[in-house]
Amino acid sequence: MTVSHINDDAILYVNGVSKSFDGFKALNNLSLILNKGEMRAIIGPNGAGKTTMMDVITGKLRPDTGEVIFGDNIDLTKYDEAEIANLGIGRKFQKPTVIESLTLFENLELAIAGHRSVFQALFHKLSGEQTDRIDEVLDLVALPTRRNELAGALSHGQKQWLEIGMLLVQNPELLLVDEPAAGMTDAETETTAELLKSITGKHSVVVVEHDMDFIKALDTTVSVLHEGSTLAEGRLEDVQNNERVIEVYLGR
Amino acid sequence: MTNTAFNPRSLLASDVGGRRLLMVLLAIAIFVPILNLAVPESSVFHVSTYTVSLVGKYLCLALLALAVDLIWGYCGILSLGHGAFFALGGYAMGMYLMRQIGDRGVYGNPELPDFMVFLNWQELPWYWSGFESFGFAMLMVLLVPGILAFIFGLLAFRSRVTGVYFSIISQALTYALLLAFFRNDMGFGGNNGLTDFKDILGFSLQSDATRATLFSLTAIALLLSYLLCRWIVDTKLGRVLIAIRDAESRTRFTGYKVEYFKVFVFVLSAMIAGVAGALYVPQVGIINPGEFSPLNSIEIVVWVAIGGRGTLYGAVLGALLVNYAKTYFTGAMPEVWLFMLGGLFVISTIYLPKGVVGVFQKFKSKVAVEPDDPSIQSKEAAS
Ligand SMILES: Nc1ncnc2c1ncn2[C@@H]1O[C@H](COP(=O)(O)OP(=O)(O)O)[C@@H](O)[C@H]1O
Ligand SMILES: [Mg+2]
Repeated sequence: MTVSHINDDAILYVNGVSKSFDGFKALNNLSLILNKGEMRAIIGPNGAGKTTMMDVITGKLRPDTGEVIFGDNIDLTKYDEAEIANLGIGRKFQKPTVIESLTLFENLELAIAGHRSVFQALFHKLSGEQTDRIDEVLDLVALPTRRNELAGALSHGQKQWLEIGMLLVQNPELLLVDEPAAGMTDAETETTAELLKSITGKHSVVVVEHDMDFIKALDTTVSVLHEGSTLAEGRLEDVQNNERVIEVYLGR
Repeated sequence: MTNTAFNPRSLLASDVGGRRLLMVLLAIAIFVPILNLAVPESSVFHVSTYTVSLVGKYLCLALLALAVDLIWGYCGILSLGHGAFFALGGYAMGMYLMRQIGDRGVYGNPELPDFMVFLNWQELPWYWSGFESFGFAMLMVLLVPGILAFIFGLLAFRSRVTGVYFSIISQALTYALLLAFFRNDMGFGGNNGLTDFKDILGFSLQSDATRATLFSLTAIALLLSYLLCRWIVDTKLGRVLIAIRDAESRTRFTGYKVEYFKVFVFVLSAMIAGVAGALYVPQVGIINPGEFSPLNSIEIVVWVAIGGRGTLYGAVLGALLVNYAKTYFTGAMPEVWLFMLGGLFVISTIYLPKGVVGVFQKFKSKVAVEPDDPSIQSKEAAS
């Protein structure tokens, strides 16, 4: 497969991707380019294909057609979820998913960047540096006092944060964050937006969200997805004034 | 934080149930042979050879339950075919014991076991060679279940067969082996299996001393396997297993090749089951295809559920309790036993999700706050 027209700054290049479920096109010739260090917000009505797009990028689903290129020329459609994670792509699920019967610390221990093989896991010991990093991230996601509690005891919003924390210690080049503000209070939503903004630059970030206040707070380029393809792209203000977007959101 | 060294003392620091269990195992490994061999039969402290063999048998089944809890309790793999690995280990031991009979069989053939003479076979099939050596046979006790588990596990886990689908194909595996071992031309004695053993390493299997020694070895095998399993679930590998059990896709997207972790623990568990089978056969004196029966494999899971899944010592306790009850009730009221077992399972799933050990924990921890989870042990160890 030849890769055409990638600019050198691109970290993620999704080109002409389609994916059908029993004839229903969840993704329809979708294209998206994300630059290194860029943050992109993705909005779109329910069922627009936002989660499916993430599934395709992270190897959970194979596209029917189209290419998904990471970094210089890594064809992501050839790898499975674990390999893609180790290539440097982290993902937060729409429904917060943490390991409920492990402590917060242990959740982060599993996620922290490093070896992933069976035998290394058997003889693994955290370095002081890694322990410090985990504690630092626990501070960052505002959960330091819950360090040794089971993750199952957290509230919905706190689980979201723990999962974001797991992404942070995993230290991926590209973060895909699916609806991080769901179930959060306004204050928590604001903090989350700040957190994601603060890591942008060092990492590239794709955020899917419904909450317009949250998107506004992210203050970044927005792509609007509709019926599996990109409807519009640009600053939030411009996108919001786009007639087709208004049509899609307000119904015809 | 993490136990990387195999240090029993630190391993059991927070595993109270395990500590008690191991002390009991050590005590019976030492004292039961003494009470059986050295204390006269007239004394109230004498332990009969019948009891020694019976409890020895229970301990083998407890080892089997431990193997099942390792994969089910910690990694969420519900194998309903683990009896197959137990039986294969048993057959490997049985083949060695058959070769030990030599020319003392009914037909007096120095090379061939009686059933082969009966079938008019002229020579030993190739796959029986080597089993005259104890070392080789013991290697096979580990390798045959291990290799089968490796192939089966790799195929199943790589195609992402999980949950009830995995349970069903594991039942199919043991059922297929049941049918195969029933066939006379397989060369494993058909439906009679392997029996009429005479001695092991030159020691008569009928002698009290041999039986007492086998008993102690079983208790020690259970003790060491317990420590091995406890060590594994307390390492980071154990926490990856729990992560797979709780949130398999999260574990994948965090970069762990879930199928390799599953294969590893499945193979280890099959090998432990094989050892249990190998210890079982000389103590009961027979191995036949009935051990492959799908029902046997389901029973193991019931022991673990009743004892308390995901605690290791709960599995051991469950196997001992249920099998003791089975011995009692199949003697007293044989027709009700299966209903009782089913009833126990239903009651324990509905009312005692953490099994018998969960009840103990509840009694003890009216003060301490109890995390609502079966795998609480690994947490205590980690914090
Ligand atoms: N595994 C699947 N099987 C069948 N249909 C699916 C599957 N995953 C997603 N879909 C469908 O694809 C469409 C897009 O879903 P999704 O990507 O989850 O939307 P969004 O995240 O934008 O709300 C929806 O209509 C959904 O029902
Ligand atoms: Mg979605």
